[in-house]
Amino acid sequence: MRDINEHTPGEDLIIKTAVRLMVPFAQLFGLYVIVHGHYSPGGGFQGGVILGAAFIMLALAFDVKTSQQYMTIRVNTVFNNLGAAIFVGVGALSAIFGGLFLDYSALDKLIPMGPVEWRSFGIFLVEVGVGFTVMSIMVLLYWNLSSGGAMDEGL
Amino acid sequence: MEAVISEIVAKYNYWIYVVLMMIGFYAMIGKRNLVKKLLGMNIFQTAIILFFVSIGVKKGGGIPIVDKYQALAGGVDAATVVNPLPHVLMLTAIVVGVSVTGVALAVLIRIHEEFGTLEEDEILEKLRQ
Amino acid sequence: MSTPNLHLFVLVVPLLSALAVNLWGRNNRQMIAPLVLGSLAFSVLGSIVVMGNVLRHGTISYTVGNWQPPFGIELIIDPLSAMMMVLISVVALLASFSSLKSAEQELPGREAFFFTLYLILIAGLHGLVLTGDAFNLYVLLEITSITSYGLIAMGRGRAALSSFNYIIMGTIGACFYLLGVGYIYILTGTLNMADIARILPTLNAPVATTTAIAFVLVGLWVKMAFFPLHAWLPNAYSHAPTGAGTMVAPLMTKVTVYLMIRVILNVYTPALVFTHDWVTNGVMWAAAIAIVCGSALALGQKDLRRMLTYIIIAEVGYMVGGVFLANSNGLTGAILHIVNDSLMTLCLFLVVAAIIYRQGSVSLDSLQGIFRRMPITMAAFTLGAFAMIGVPPTCGFFSKWYLILGGIDGGHWEFVIALVVSSLINVILFFRIIELAYFGSLADGEHHEHGSTERHEAPWWMLKPLVITAVLLIVVGFSTGPLINNVISLIIPAGF
Repeated sequence: MRDINEHTPGEDLIIKTAVRLMVPFAQLFGLYVIVHGHYSPGGGFQGGVILGAAFIMLALAFDVKTSQQYMTIRVNTVFNNLGAAIFVGVGALSAIFGGLFLDYSALDKLIPMGPVEWRSFGIFLVEVGVGFTVMSIMVLLYWNLSSGGAMDEGL
Repeated sequence: MEAVISEIVAKYNYWIYVVLMMIGFYAMIGKRNLVKKLLGMNIFQTAIILFFVSIGVKKGGGIPIVDKYQALAGGVDAATVVNPLPHVLMLTAIVVGVSVTGVALAVLIRIHEEFGTLEEDEILEKLRQ
Repeated sequence: MSTPNLHLFVLVVPLLSALAVNLWGRNNRQMIAPLVLGSLAFSVLGSIVVMGNVLRHGTISYTVGNWQPPFGIELIIDPLSAMMMVLISVVALLASFSSLKSAEQELPGREAFFFTLYLILIAGLHGLVLTGDAFNLYVLLEITSITSYGLIAMGRGRAALSSFNYIIMGTIGACFYLLGVGYIYILTGTLNMADIARILPTLNAPVATTTAIAFVLVGLWVKMAFFPLHAWLPNAYSHAPTGAGTMVAPLMTKVTVYLMIRVILNVYTPALVFTHDWVTNGVMWAAAIAIVCGSALALGQKDLRRMLTYIIIAEVGYMVGGVFLANSNGLTGAILHIVNDSLMTLCLFLVVAAIIYRQGSVSLDSLQGIFRRMPITMAAFTLGAFAMIGVPPTCGFFSKWYLILGGIDGGHWEFVIALVVSSLINVILFFRIIELAYFGSLADGEHHEHGSTERHEAPWWMLKPLVITAVLLIVVGFSTGPLINNVISLIIPAGF
């Protein structure tokens, strides 16, 4: 792993230190926004953007290659598809277990928690999926656009 | 005359959105630089999003965040709370706008690689040769 | 997997396989073809079963997430949407055999990305024909549009510029539609289609209702390339990668025409839309000009694929004119033409894909004498050409017949004359190519790998869907009667 303290031209020590201090709090806040999404302001998309912004801060302050050491392209691809698969999978699972599509109360047959509780919890599951996808897509968009498409050579 | 002025003043927010939409539309059609067209598209979409959000505003209405158990116990009086449905719809519209902007920027990078310029008339010149 | 949810599984299975292709298709190239073909085959079977259910039991009403309408999202599964689902799945499956080969040749190494976008587009199209909620329609419209922007931009040369123009025009259309939905929401307070249809006539706000209708219709017209908003289509579809063009050209504009029919029939009842005579007359004149201009511009093209895209513009004119005739013959003709035109366009674009796979170009000069090298392909092309011209018993004849009948019934002679003129121009267009292909001396050029008169037919994977589509053209032509009696007549509202 490249030494983070190695000096590359054009990068400022203050920015690097500030970003290194800020990123954990940004990620914590992003997780907080996702988790509180289903009954107060917040939700999957908003929390996902904040989480993605944390990685983009790293890429802005250091280098795209450095931020790729924290999230490799392979992990990015997995998060992309995992998030969308969670959303569609929860819906399909509810349909398989006898309810309608995205009718979370049917998942009661899988883990008994009471149908009303499941309708609330199902939204949370789906928002987590959305958060994963949005986070990885924001980071992927930034990598691709800032480097003119050269990022996909990493695989 | 009085009625016209009071019309404009009473609905000033809608007039602002219309002006924004026209600015965005003009930029999409009238500007020669491709990035400016893209930004015009963004302004147009943002104006529509603002228009939608301002649909739900009520006079004297508060923010639509209520305590869960209070709401379950006593219900929510619709007249005191701003309509949250347009806000939620516009979240989706914002996501759509972000995706289109992302795709358009990636396409612009391809165009720049291909033609070396992002001005529409220079590109048409190159194509004519 | 239970039958009440089958129509959504028809949508979900391509979506899940798109995610699978994205995850695993980059490293194992062999997995892409089984995933694509398997999921689309499942969609075909599922949509046929759904169609059977709908014809037996009547319209199914389905609420996603078990939230009751008008608060939840409702799906409409009536004979029209079931028919569209079958059409989309069949066309997508046939096109994907050919697209797999074309993508292998034109986009080596990037097929995983190509087919991810491809499958998500098909899932979005299925969703478009199922939805019963006005805002959900906007979201799915944008899903299909964004994936098609990406697919078109993957081509070579001018593809990126054409895709950018398409992005600008397409976003204008979608934003107009969104604005129209906003006005409807202010007026009625609901986004459910059936609810809007119930509440709108009772309101007394003619200016606002007319503005809402105008914005929604203009937005959809931009998306379907109705004259004079058609400028993006020829460039976008002719510079796209061949595999993308084969699937997008038969489907996208026709599904948008379906959306216009759905909006006119189910959201605003026809009484509201067809009140002002000057509006219907204006649209009929625009449709007639679209037909004539599309066909005339096609005459001047030197490239077969570009010629076909101009013919698509003319066909959209047929369908919009048919709907705005406001009588039952016209609407029957328009809905029948959606099915027929998808199949005809698919057949012709499959021919183009086969020729490009073997020769690399479809300019009219390089088509000379091609019959000797690719006889089956050109036979299918002849059948597709006859269908476009409107020769019985191919399907193209019957839809034109109904459209002409509807035009005479409604007294819109400009539409009838435009239809006849465009058929004549199509005769010139296609017979010119048939003459070049069958009787021209062989073009000498650097493209061919083998000697001149040796048979160098398209590969089996591209021939099979071509032959099936050509046969379907005749089969659908013969079964026009049952199709109209059992499916389409159920859709036409009683007052027409």
